[in-house]
This record gives sequence, structure tokens and C-alpha cells, in this order.
Amino acid sequence: MSLSAYQGHAEGHSEHAHDHKPGFVRRWLCSTNHKDIGTLYLLFACCGGIFAGVLSLLMRWQLMYPNHHTFLADGQTWNAVITAHGLIMIFFTVMPGLIGGFGNWFVPMMIGAPDMAFPRLNNISFWLLVPAICLVLAGLFTPPGAGIGWTLYPPLSEATYQPGLPVDFTLFALHLAGISSLLGAINFITTIFNMRAPGMTMHKMPLFVWSILVTAFLLLLSIPVLAGAITMLITDRLFGTGFFNPQLGGDPVLFQHLFWFFGHPEVYIMILPAFGIISTVIATFSKKPIFGYLGMVYAMVAIGVVGFAVWAHHMFISGISVDTRAYFMAATLVIAVPTGIKVFSWIATMWGGSIEMKTPMLFAVGFIFLFTIGGVTGVVLANASIDEVLHNTYYVVAHFHYVLSLGAVFGIFAGFYYWIGKMSGHQYPEYWGKVHFWLMFVGVNLTFFPMHFLGAAGMPRRYPDYPSAFAGWNFVASMGAFLSGLSLIVFLYVVYRTFTSKEHVADNYWGEGATTLEWALSSPPPFHTFEELPRIG
Amino acid sequence: MRLLRRCGAPASAVGALTPMALTPTTLTPTTPTSRALPLVPLLLALPVLAMPVLAMPVLAMLVLAMPVPARAADPAGGVIAGPHNWQIGFQRAYSPVMHNIEWLNSDIVTPIIGVICLLVAGLLVYVLWRFNAARNPVPSRLTHNAPLEIAWTVLPALVLVGMAIPSFRLVFFENRTNDPYMTLNVTGHQWYWEYGYPDQGNLDFMSNFIPQDELKPGQPRLLTVNHPVVLPVGENIRILETSGDVIHSFFVPSLGVQRYAIPGQTIETWVRIDRPGTYYGECNQICGIGHHEMPIEVQAVPLPQFLAWAKLAKQQMAENGSVPPASAALASPAMTRVADIAHPRAASPGKGD
Repeated sequence: MSLSAYQGHAEGHSEHAHDHKPGFVRRWLCSTNHKDIGTLYLLFACCGGIFAGVLSLLMRWQLMYPNHHTFLADGQTWNAVITAHGLIMIFFTVMPGLIGGFGNWFVPMMIGAPDMAFPRLNNISFWLLVPAICLVLAGLFTPPGAGIGWTLYPPLSEATYQPGLPVDFTLFALHLAGISSLLGAINFITTIFNMRAPGMTMHKMPLFVWSILVTAFLLLLSIPVLAGAITMLITDRLFGTGFFNPQLGGDPVLFQHLFWFFGHPEVYIMILPAFGIISTVIATFSKKPIFGYLGMVYAMVAIGVVGFAVWAHHMFISGISVDTRAYFMAATLVIAVPTGIKVFSWIATMWGGSIEMKTPMLFAVGFIFLFTIGGVTGVVLANASIDEVLHNTYYVVAHFHYVLSLGAVFGIFAGFYYWIGKMSGHQYPEYWGKVHFWLMFVGVNLTFFPMHFLGAAGMPRRYPDYPSAFAGWNFVASMGAFLSGLSLIVFLYVVYRTFTSKEHVADNYWGEGATTLEWALSSPPPFHTFEELPRIG
Repeated sequence: MRLLRRCGAPASAVGALTPMALTPTTLTPTTPTSRALPLVPLLLALPVLAMPVLAMPVLAMLVLAMPVPARAADPAGGVIAGPHNWQIGFQRAYSPVMHNIEWLNSDIVTPIIGVICLLVAGLLVYVLWRFNAARNPVPSRLTHNAPLEIAWTVLPALVLVGMAIPSFRLVFFENRTNDPYMTLNVTGHQWYWEYGYPDQGNLDFMSNFIPQDELKPGQPRLLTVNHPVVLPVGENIRILETSGDVIHSFFVPSLGVQRYAIPGQTIETWVRIDRPGTYYGECNQICGIGHHEMPIEVQAVPLPQFLAWAKLAKQQMAENGSVPPASAALASPAMTRVADIAHPRAASPGKGD
């Protein structure tokens, strides 16, 4: 719709695009350009993902056999590794990839803005992540390691049970990552509210922009609660307060409430931008506008709002009262309705379309199916009655990896294959993209599907060694993990082939289905875009 | 394509592959064409490899909905309830709560989510087959259908309400002990469990896991303990949990029991065990280095034997600090006396010893 109206303006721009690029240090260390900062975020997320992915391969190696004596067999080492895996995947892979990376690159372009509202704020929100991940790594590598799980529950995370620096490093890392996300959220909200091109009304914004807007609000409202909780934990550890220490009149369950008031919206913070990418990709490759646009927008808003009122479903076993359990169960089931609207609308978008199965579309369709599986097991777990025997088992591990490892990460890959030509000017090799998809699809399913069985049979999370009766499916899961690891190597080969490719792509290499504003720009886009604001018809 | 069909791959694989095989490259002139032709068979084989994966949800739904086969009985005639290799569903249920959880899961929730998964998978396969670019070169502009959108909002909501009703009933059923016969105090420690019997003269002992090199034949590793918690069969038992240090979780899957043990709090749950036997469980909340080395072993015995054991245990604890196994109570002279109690259920709490 908006594309053709703008096409005329775009031509003139790309001519003098390459003039004003600053030198290396100014360009990459002091960057205020949303595309460069987006690139930094994507590189950062890639490094974080590779590191945390290697950690998960090590974990599957340890769990491949019962009574397996690798260097991870020690309980404290093991706990430190699972903690680092969780935190890095969440805060330093999925969030920077989806929000910082693709959000920075494409939100300004999609709304026709020259840059983000606060370019210097944008720079600091990226650079805060670097010391943050260094602190997480310090928490992992300083003996004996921060073995508290990503949920950080006290009293285990109190100084009595985890003395020394590692846990302090980890908590300060979360503070820094939190400030980074908060600044990013403020920047996105301001940009989207104030810098839309003339004619780009809220209800004309692409769904990806909407998804980032809702995500930014979730960050804005949930991160301060996490910051409060970990500040209390830090003063408990270092200054002798007793917020979470029952011997000093504190309450460990208070921490769980505060943590999950942040932690549950955090789940949607990771998945909503993926929803946005999947909507974009599906519309493009079906060559149809998205079905039920308003329904899709308000389904995301509803998921965001209700997502703040369901946190205690992570605490059904924590001794909360039966009425509380009943309420949180009901509220959690409600979330299935807007989620269902999204899944059905994606299918309806494809219905009647002219579908091309390029690699981004493979990842998008894979996402829908696997996210549905992760979603329905969420419905099982929402039943406080059934959660009695599934809480904290591998069933939960399977559930959230289906939503995140197969959901959010498939969203990241869909976005990568969709936009890499636009970002780099070079197209990825289609054949190897498909090899990557199928290897990864088989690998992650082999890894995580058997975990449902292990969980139903009662295997608890966070065990470095397990009763021999769980051996069979654990071996299958490990094999799947190694296959996924192989797919990561294929992905790196795809990246190598893309960046060494001599061919250059056209402005809109996906053709008629790609209608958002970034396709009106050259590939790669000029260093400064929209110096003259586009007018959306 | 043909290779796939000949391999007998289900329609989904064929459907998923059709568009990319048939898409005219003219639509994306700048995309470099694939040059690694020798590996085409590998690419075609991968969707076939994916088939078992796609079949897994269906398989799981079917198996989860099936009744669990009976387990082997131990020599003493009791059941042994724990996980077994390649298990797919829940452990077999041996308490009213677990029977209800199993029913709700396999008769209500699993069929519903199974149908949803199959519906979504079926729609995806159909759409990819019917509306791929080769078969449907001109896309429609369909973007709205109000009745359809209302239907896929309201229908799932109704299904959820239908599922929630029995689930709410079960949540309240699980909550409180109805007319308990006795109380068991469970205290989590790094890294062992402590069991207290306030109604049996405050009998109290620690239960530590047995390291692998000390296991006897037939004892499962990381599940066997030196002093199992002994409980009577067929009685409502109130379980009160707390912790001496960090948070633990007392989790016995086959009995449908799980609550956190949290320092400074007392959290209640309950159990009524159907049959005599051995029930295994594990600590289920990260609690430090030995998280995986504090299993739970429950020995359920008939009430008279339990009472005899409690008496014997009290004596031995006072004499030499040892805890007798439940089987020791069978041979005890006290056994005949206590076994004569005609109506064990009439015995009120606190009179056990």
C-alpha cells in the first residue's frame, strides 16, 4: 500500500548515500546510526547465541548417559553452567537479536523515520550489554560459579549459601542488561509515537512495528520490578538486610512474586517481536496482505496486558493459597485465546495466497507448527491441578524450549534470511539456507520432544545426573542437540557464503509481496535514510 | 519430489517441499541459484528424516491417552512405583489425587490439545499444498471475514471453559486434607530429607541417599535411601513441609504429591496411598551441589504394620539411634497385638503409639 506512494522518492536518495560515513572508531564504537547499532546488536546476539549454544551442547554431553563423569558432573559447576546458559540465551541472544537487532534496523525504516528518536541513548543501550555479558561470564568462570539457576531464587542465592563474588557479578550483570533494555524501550516508544512519516497512522503501521511497540511497553513496566528485586537481593547479600531471609523477618516467596512479575512478561518480550517477523514473512511469501490486521494488533496488545496478570502460574507449588492458584490458572488460560487468533490469522493469510517456500517462509511455517505445540503444552501446565506433577520437570523444559528455542529462535532465523539481502546487499545461498532449516528442524525436535516424556515420567530439571530409568530419552535428546549443533555450523557457512558473495541484490528482491517501506530503499540502504520524509498515501 | 512419494513419505513432507521445487526462479531474479547439486539427495532426505519428528506429537497423544500397564510387583507383594526406561506418559497412579490428575490429563486435556495440534498441522499442510505459487499463481486479496474471526475467538474460549471446570474442582480437591488420620512433617535440608511423626510420639529421623558403590542389587541409583519414610496405606495423611536452609521441593510423582519446602513457612499438602509398596520421588527445586542426591523413598504398609513399625522405631531410636526398616515390624512381637485392632480407621490421630 504505502510502498508505491513512496517509490519515487527513494530513487533520488541512494545516489549520494555513500558520502558521509565516519571512520571505523567513530562509526562502530561511537555509533549513533540505527543501522550500525542494529548490526552491532546482531553480531552481539550471534556471539551470545554461539557461546550459550556451546554450553547447551556441553550440558547434553553430560546428560547423554546416566552416571556420566564429564567435567560438568560436579553439582556446583553444573548449576553455574545452566545459570549462564539461561541468562545468556535470554538477555544476550534473543533480546538483542530481536529487539536491538531487527528492531533497530527496521522500525525506523518501516515507519519512514530517518533514525531512532535518541541516537546517543541507542548507543549506550548497546554498549551497556558488553560489560553486562562480561559480568555474566565472570559469574560463570570465577570459582565456584554462580549456581543459582536463572530464576535466582533466594535463599540459595543469599550469601550464606552462595558466598563470594560470582553471584554478585551475575546480579550486577542483570542490572546492566536491565538498564540497557529500559533505555532501548524508551527509545522505541518515543520513536514509534513521534517519528512516523506523514500519513503513517498507528493502524497503518506494519505488524513488526506494533510487536516492538508492545514489547517496549512490557520492558518499560517489568524491568523496574526485576531491578527492585535484585537490588533487594544484593543488599541482602552485601549489607545484611533481610528482605528474603526468614530469620530476619523476610520472605523467600516475595522474591518469587517480584521475579515472575518481571519473568512472565519477559517471555512475551522474547516472543512478540518474533510474532511480528513471522507476520511480515508470511504476508510477503503468500503475496497477500496480512489477514485480520486489527485482530492481529489487538491480540498482541491483549497478550501484553494479560501477560502482566498471570505471573504466579510459575508458583503453583510455592504454597500460595488455593484461591490464588484458581485465579492464576483462569487468567493463564485466557492467554490461549489471543494466541489462537494469531495462529489462525497466519493460516488465513496463507489461505488463497500464492506461496513461495523460500528459506524465511520455511522458518515461518515451522514456527507456526512448533509454536502451536509449545502453546498447547502451556495450556496443560496452566492447569494448576496437573502442574502438581509437572512443575519443574523436563515437561516444563520442553514447553519453554518449544516456545523459545523453536519459537523465538526460528523467528530470528526467519528475520535473518528475510532481511540479510536488504542489510548486506548480498543474498544468502538458498540451497544452504534450506539445509540449515531442515537440519535444525529435525535437531531441535529430536532434542526437545522426548523431554515431554521425561517430564511426564517425573525427571526434575537442573540435574547433572539422573536415575538410570531416564537414560533412553536423554540419549535421544543429546543426539538431537548434536544435530542442532551441526545445523549451527551450516548456518555459519551460510553467513560466510553470503558475505563473500559477489552478487548484489535489487531493492525489492522478494517482489510484489514485500510492501513495507524498507523495500523502497536500496540494498543495502544508504547510510542516512529518509533525509526527506516519505509521504504515505 | 518423486523420490519422496516413492519413499512413502506422508503428504506433509510432499506438501512442504512442493512450492520450493516448483517455484519459478523468475520471481526473484537476484537470488543466486543453488550450485551444490550433488547434495540434493541429502536435502530431499531431510524432510523424510523429519517425519518421525512430526509423528511424535500424534504418537504421544495416543500413548498418553492409553491406560498405563500394570507394573511388576515386588516380592513382598507391594508395588514398586518409579520411572522406567522409554516411558512416555505419567507414572502409574497410586493415590486419589494422582488418579484424578491422570484422568484430567489423558481424558480431557490431552485429547483437546491433540486435536488442536492436528488441526493446525492439517491446515498448514493443506494450505501449503493448495495455495503454493505453482498451483495458485494469482493470490486473492482476502483479508477479512468477521464471522470466521469471531468463531476462532469464541470457540477456543468455550473449549477452555469446558476444560477449566473439572480442573478447578481438582485444584480444590488437592488443596486440603480431609479428616486426616495423621500428620507427617517433612523438612528439606542440603541434601537430605528429615521426616517427623508428631502423632507417633515425635519420632523423627533423617533420610540420606545411598551412594552408587553401596547399593545392593535391585536398588535403583539416585532413588534409594537409607531410611525410607514409612506411611500407612488407605489413610488420609496431612503433609506439612518446611526447610532448614534453602528451598527444596518434595515430589513423589506416582502419588501426585509436590510442594516446595520453604524456610520460615509451613506448607500443607496431603496423600492417601492406595496400595502397599515402594514409591520413589526426588527433590525438584534447585538447592545447590547435591540437588540430585536427595531422593525420596516412601514405604507404604498396612496400618497395623505401620503402627508396629512406629513403636519399634521409637524404641530403637531411644536405644541406639537406628531406624528399623518397615519389614522389621512384621517379625516384631508387637505385631500380633497391634494387628488385632479390628477397625483401624476408628483409631483417632495421636493414639498411634
